[in-house]
Amino acid sequence: MFKSVYNWIDERLDVTPLWRDVADHEVPEHVNPAHHFSAFVYCFGGLTFFITVIQILSGMFLTMYYVPDIINAYASVDYLQHKVPFGSIVRGMHHWGASLVIVMMFLHTLRVFFTGSYKAPREMNWVVGMLIFFIMLGLGFTGYLLPWDNKAYFATKVGIQIADSVPYIGEYIKVFLQGGDIVGATTLTRFFAIHVFFLPGALLALLAAHFLMIRKQGIAGPL
Amino acid sequence: MAHGNNSNEKVVYVGDSRVRKRETVNSIPPDYTSFPGRSEAFIPNFLLKEWMVGCVVLVGFLVLTIAEPPPLGYPADPTNSAFIPMPDWYFLFLYQLLKYPWVSGSYVPLGVMGVPGVAFGSLLLAPFLDTGKERRFYRRPIATTLMLLSLVSCYYLTKVSWDHYQHELEITNTVPEHIEREEKAREAAASGEEPPSATKPKEDVALVDADNAGVKTIMEKAKCMTCHGTDLKGQAGAKIPSLHGVGDLLDKAQLTEIVTNGKGGMPAFKDTLSAEEIDTLTTWLAKQKAAQ
Repeated sequence: MFKSVYNWIDERLDVTPLWRDVADHEVPEHVNPAHHFSAFVYCFGGLTFFITVIQILSGMFLTMYYVPDIINAYASVDYLQHKVPFGSIVRGMHHWGASLVIVMMFLHTLRVFFTGSYKAPREMNWVVGMLIFFIMLGLGFTGYLLPWDNKAYFATKVGIQIADSVPYIGEYIKVFLQGGDIVGATTLTRFFAIHVFFLPGALLALLAAHFLMIRKQGIAGPL
Repeated sequence: MAHGNNSNEKVVYVGDSRVRKRETVNSIPPDYTSFPGRSEAFIPNFLLKEWMVGCVVLVGFLVLTIAEPPPLGYPADPTNSAFIPMPDWYFLFLYQLLKYPWVSGSYVPLGVMGVPGVAFGSLLLAPFLDTGKERRFYRRPIATTLMLLSLVSCYYLTKVSWDHYQHELEITNTVPEHIEREEKAREAAASGEEPPSATKPKEDVALVDADNAGVKTIMEKAKCMTCHGTDLKGQAGAKIPSLHGVGDLLDKAQLTEIVTNGKGGMPAFKDTLSAEEIDTLTTWLAKQKAAQ
């Protein structure tokens, strides 16, 4: 039954090479913790992606309640956390996941660095990975403001002050991030848009490139 | 139809699409069985194991989120001048770096562009800087040493920044807002009350006996209004309490103690005011209760 459905689709779309790439590829012995326990260091990339998926899902649920304006932002987070059933857990997943994704990505980066896996022919994949790292830091920075409590507000103020001290273009970065002369209503809507649309869009595109390259080139061989 | 299934054509498509009709299966890339060693299939063998690892991680993660609710302080108040800014932990190394005199002030371009630029730039371009064929880290002393040095300095900067923050909290006698708030909610829950709401502003309590001339003279003498405000509503940003409704929170003895000997940032008034004056003042303050 499944076989005939698969064949029907395959005849029309020629999905077998695609399926091979996505699912039916080899997992070499040297990255398989079942054979060598020390190979668990190869899990960090997958775990980063796993936490990223959690971030996307929990974030989608958070936007069901979150209101990005300075009057209601705090109140909506407060309501979500204290009144909505399991709201505290969903927000907790997003909050702690944000830290965890940085930790996992950091460990993944170190693994790739110390095993020299970024060397030819995988240079481009390393560069894309570093861009993902920067996007994640950007997501962390913009997401930190959204609950609109004092910690969020003053951390963003300091962050924008630092950006402002960049020579020549600092002023422009500041105005771009703030959307005005102060950290206020326009900053919050801007950070929300950047956090929810711009950066995740860029992140998904880069992740696609990252995975496409790893499938095209395969995992780096044993040392 | 542009491309019929005419066997005379060199390339045969499926219907009128651009998918070539396959005659043999040799266009499929090799599967895992053609790789040497104990390789295994991703689906289902490896994916099942991966899912088990994923489940363990997920359970640990959920335990964390249940045990440790996400922090939430009080609503942002731009006039709050006493708040100690604190970025998220993974920005602390950068935050701390910019505090050193050789990368701040007139050297700030070095701090915001120079050092992070070189560090992140070389990380981004690592494959083009470390171009040797050798992959083992112990055979790449320069790359490995630079990375280890960066790791140590990031750790050091983060630790210094965090210790500095803790120290600042200690000397200003501050409890971080999210902890203070959680504590209050817990106390309220223990005594069976509604947790205090941080979103609703407290209802304005009118002053009782507001035109008492004797009290006014004493207050002017002690300059109460300098800190507590001409309307005696305090300054929430600087954590100076309002005197409206203060009688609900403190009784006369406690008020006398505070006025006489001071408390927190408030000075002692035992030298400025006489005992009778303090008595008159605290009698009046103790009367400041919300209308029933």
